[in-house]
Amino acid sequence: MALTREQLAQRVAQELQDGYYVNLGIGIPTLVANYIPEGMEVMLQSENGLLGMGQFPTEAEIDADLINAGKQTVTMAKGASIFDSAESFAMIRGGHVDLTVLGAFEVDVNGNIASYMIPGKLIKGMGGAMDLVAGADNIIVTMTHASKHGVSKLLSNCTLPLTGKGCIKKVLTDLAFIEIKHGKFYLLERAPGVSVDEIVKLTEGELVVEGETPEMKF
Amino acid sequence: MAGFDKVVSSYEEAMAGLEDNMTVIAGGFGLCGIPENLISEIKRKGTTGLTVVSNNCGVDDFGLGILLPKRQIKKIIASYVGENAEFERQMMNGELEVELTPQGTLAEKMRAGGAGIPAFFTATGYGTPVAEGKEEREFDGRHYILEPAIKGDFAIVKAWKADRYGNLVFRKTARNFNPMAATAGKITVVEVEEIVEPGELDPDQIHTPGIYVNRLILGTFEKRIEQRTVRSDT
Repeated sequence: MALTREQLAQRVAQELQDGYYVNLGIGIPTLVANYIPEGMEVMLQSENGLLGMGQFPTEAEIDADLINAGKQTVTMAKGASIFDSAESFAMIRGGHVDLTVLGAFEVDVNGNIASYMIPGKLIKGMGGAMDLVAGADNIIVTMTHASKHGVSKLLSNCTLPLTGKGCIKKVLTDLAFIEIKHGKFYLLERAPGVSVDEIVKLTEGELVVEGETPEMKF
Repeated sequence: MAGFDKVVSSYEEAMAGLEDNMTVIAGGFGLCGIPENLISEIKRKGTTGLTVVSNNCGVDDFGLGILLPKRQIKKIIASYVGENAEFERQMMNGELEVELTPQGTLAEKMRAGGAGIPAFFTATGYGTPVAEGKEEREFDGRHYILEPAIKGDFAIVKAWKADRYGNLVFRKTARNFNPMAATAGKITVVEVEEIVEPGELDPDQIHTPGIYVNRLILGTFEKRIEQRTVRSDT
């Protein structure tokens, strides 16, 4: 079975470590915050200028001056700090964020990522995504493995305009956890009940399968 | 006005001198920390042909979006746009020029503009459409592109508190692009929720020193929320 959105978030959360500063993109990445393991301290960075993002506010706590990068009202966690946008991206560009999780339309065997623009359709912009992929060493891309029509999103070459070049090393899809190195995809884990054959069939870029591929554990 | 007193008493005075085809840098992220009354004054004045530099472009009836119906904006430099129907229509019809700029690059362009740095190298955007036509250089085996700084004829800024000398304090994430915008305008206009006397703000707590500020005005703010998200109170 392909992973649900919640399971994708749960699997990403297994990559968290105590003391990590983490930037979570909009969508599935945001859900990762719900699965931070008990007893682990993780601080969430929101690129509009908040380190130590808390949960959503109650009605009584809503503050128009306190939002996250998705423009949602939020609260601050204990030990939070506030800064301007230049400082925020100094953290990101300077490689100070330990883990970045974001979505994509396509990735390819050379670690290229396309996530912000489909030509001919409405172009909304890259927001902070280009800075995040260029600045972070440890990035996990979360995405569906293929389109509804079975067209692979893990390619030998991205077809859409790039968000970043040669910067992605790990991809978690609804079918598989994949590492990118030496110009190839490497299959690390498969979703429970999903066969290696199924993954191979839906991966257009070269996929290396070494030995038995373990199932993800939840 | 005398000495270092930057306070003006009307929005008309605050935006005096803004002319057609000028460049305006605006603070704010989404609708948070936007200089909402200064934007309304630009609408009222009817200035057109503007190049606007801002992370976003408001929504249909609030923020920079209100400058769209009368085509007051010729070009926008932003990282994320299209939260409003009129913007989408003008962009698709080629009536509005849009220069998409990565968010961190945009912040740094403003910072550099205000700090006398004409351009800077960044890895952000290398190998993407953003790099087209830009100088590339390698440092320690990594690729970077040269990004020019941005300066504005006007900068419009929203702060929380100020003293009459224009020393500014921002509140929570309403700070965002405002401090950089404040440094990058030939004329920087700031609207605030409270003005106090010089000496009343703790010098250690000032985010933007008054040297960057030319005009200061006291406003009242709607502070509209774009994505009201709550948890159930358990």
